[in-house]
Amino acid sequence: MSDVAEAAEEERHAPDEVLLGFTRALRASGVPVTQDRAHGFLAAVAAVGLGDRQATYWAGRATLCGSPDDLARFDQVFAGWFDHRDGLPRARPRETPRPATAHLLPEAETGAAGPGDDEDVQRVAASTSEVLRHRDVATLDSAEKRRLDAMFVRLALRPPTRRTARHRAWHRGDVDASRTLRNSLRRMGEPGEIAWRRRGTRPRRVVLLVDVSGSMSAYADALLRLAHRLTQSARANGGVVETFTVGTRLTHVTRALRSPDADRAIVAAGEVVPDWSGGTRLGETLRVFLDRWGQRGMARGSVVVVFSDGWERGDAALLGEQMARLQRVAHRVVWVNPHRGKAGYAPLQGGVVAALPHCDDFLAGHSLATFADLTEVISRA
Amino acid sequence: MDSVADVAARLRATGYLADDELATVVFLASRMQRPLLLEGEPGTGKTALAEALAQTLDLPLVRLQCYEGIDASQALYDWDFPRQILHLRALEAAGSVDSDEAEKSLYDERFLLARPVLAALRQAPAVLLVDEVDRADDEFEAFLLEVLSTWQVTIPEFGTVTAPEPPLVVLTSNRTRELHDALKRRCLYHWIDHPGLDREVEIVRSRAPEVGEQLARQVVSLVQQLRVRDDLLKPPGVAETLDWARALTHLGTTDLDLESAAATLGALLKYREDADRVKAALDRMLSR
Repeated sequence: MSDVAEAAEEERHAPDEVLLGFTRALRASGVPVTQDRAHGFLAAVAAVGLGDRQATYWAGRATLCGSPDDLARFDQVFAGWFDHRDGLPRARPRETPRPATAHLLPEAETGAAGPGDDEDVQRVAASTSEVLRHRDVATLDSAEKRRLDAMFVRLALRPPTRRTARHRAWHRGDVDASRTLRNSLRRMGEPGEIAWRRRGTRPRRVVLLVDVSGSMSAYADALLRLAHRLTQSARANGGVVETFTVGTRLTHVTRALRSPDADRAIVAAGEVVPDWSGGTRLGETLRVFLDRWGQRGMARGSVVVVFSDGWERGDAALLGEQMARLQRVAHRVVWVNPHRGKAGYAPLQGGVVAALPHCDDFLAGHSLATFADLTEVISRA
Repeated sequence: MDSVADVAARLRATGYLADDELATVVFLASRMQRPLLLEGEPGTGKTALAEALAQTLDLPLVRLQCYEGIDASQALYDWDFPRQILHLRALEAAGSVDSDEAEKSLYDERFLLARPVLAALRQAPAVLLVDEVDRADDEFEAFLLEVLSTWQVTIPEFGTVTAPEPPLVVLTSNRTRELHDALKRRCLYHWIDHPGLDREVEIVRSRAPEVGEQLARQVVSLVQQLRVRDDLLKPPGVAETLDWARALTHLGTTDLDLESAAATLGALLKYREDADRVKAALDRMLSR
């Protein structure tokens, strides 16, 4: 008797219930199993034979998974469910990282943060929100942070555009032979007005690589908030923004940031990123990005923005090499450093020195005002 | 195709070696009439599978190559305007033109240029290969989803074309971006990995019979070593292995040595940096 049938026997459950229970366990582990996928799974198992454990396994991989990450989780849960039914994997088999909402809790020290370098006499005259716009986000207390979060809504990204291979109707330009002929066809073959066309435009993809290592931890929350805003406003204009976090490893967080609600999106992103406040191996994670995504198309012709302070623990030469690769593939590479806007900053860290020759823009990124400048740079790219 | 083993045997007969998991997925795709979504590194045999399927089922293979900006008119149909104009002129020359009649005859099947998706629906049963679907954009994915759900397309001047039976659809993706979940849910998913040493030798022997056993082993073991290195920009796929083995055979090589390997490396590695790195290590790798 097969494992699956045995499991069903001892639990006195119908096989379908065992299988559906498995899909629920899979959903709890983070694989997006929908109702129709679960039904497809049952149909597939019925087609290859319920008694065959191996075939059940393959049928499940084909019907319930949609990406290599899903496959890895599927293997874990499958082993747990059909081998020893008591040792089920708990929901979210990962360590829960630092919750991204930590700043919403009242902090022990009330924000007696000293004024940033970029504040001066105008603070008296200007409205508080204008001051907040220019404050370094790392120096804000929790109440100020909350106010600033609400101000992110004003950031809007017009996606950068590129020319397309396809033509659009236009009132001047090149002769559009097929439309001209079609028009004359309407008039039963009488030649008439000539139709013109020109190349159309499409939004370019924007790729954000956000460093979430220890030295950047004060900015991680604001940067993810920025990424969320860019993702949302680009989508409203038909553009695409893809976001990855880099640190000791590369994590694709685009899906989490698609949620329209900012706080919810950032918590969701926080749950998928395993390496908050770890070390920085920027060169290596950049290479993984290029190998797995960038070179194949994600970075091709797109605007790539790297948010990092360039404190590279790894090999700076590797970082330089990978940045060179990135520049060869991308349309434009922008490096955003939160320390750049501060007095006395000079780009001396090994990582920055190695990377700078391969960047098209080098910008500050420590306050809402600098973020607004960044969106402008991206739009014009 | 009536069982998983049967699928594997039939694919093998065409020279395509599928492992059990892939055979299972193909069997399910034909049994459940669901499209098959293949993801994996370039050169792992995603496109070749569609070709092998068409060959073994003796069905026409209709290929739709996706690219950025592809839209429904390049995937579905278009009208042949110049020929329609000529047709009209011919009608006029022949005498009086009844405009209703003329209009009807204009939008005749003769002047319909069937693009791949329509061609596959009309020729069904057929194998429809949608290659590199990740390079198309969201709108096109939505369009594709519609066709793959209903197996019919509507042409305003002409009517609705419905496939007598759904074509077997194979979509391939190199994962340059995540496909929309709605499309993935329609499909059966399979990730194709690089084969192990013995299987790859088998593939070389079956796809390129002119390559000798000894050379095939040497070539494949070197390629396998290259894939575990992590400093290559583009690790070679099975397609590159085959190219390289064939190139060496053309030069009359039966035993891989440093000289012949270095001379033909261009068939295997497509980046200068990769070639330099491998050349430096070739000596050590061959002596293993």
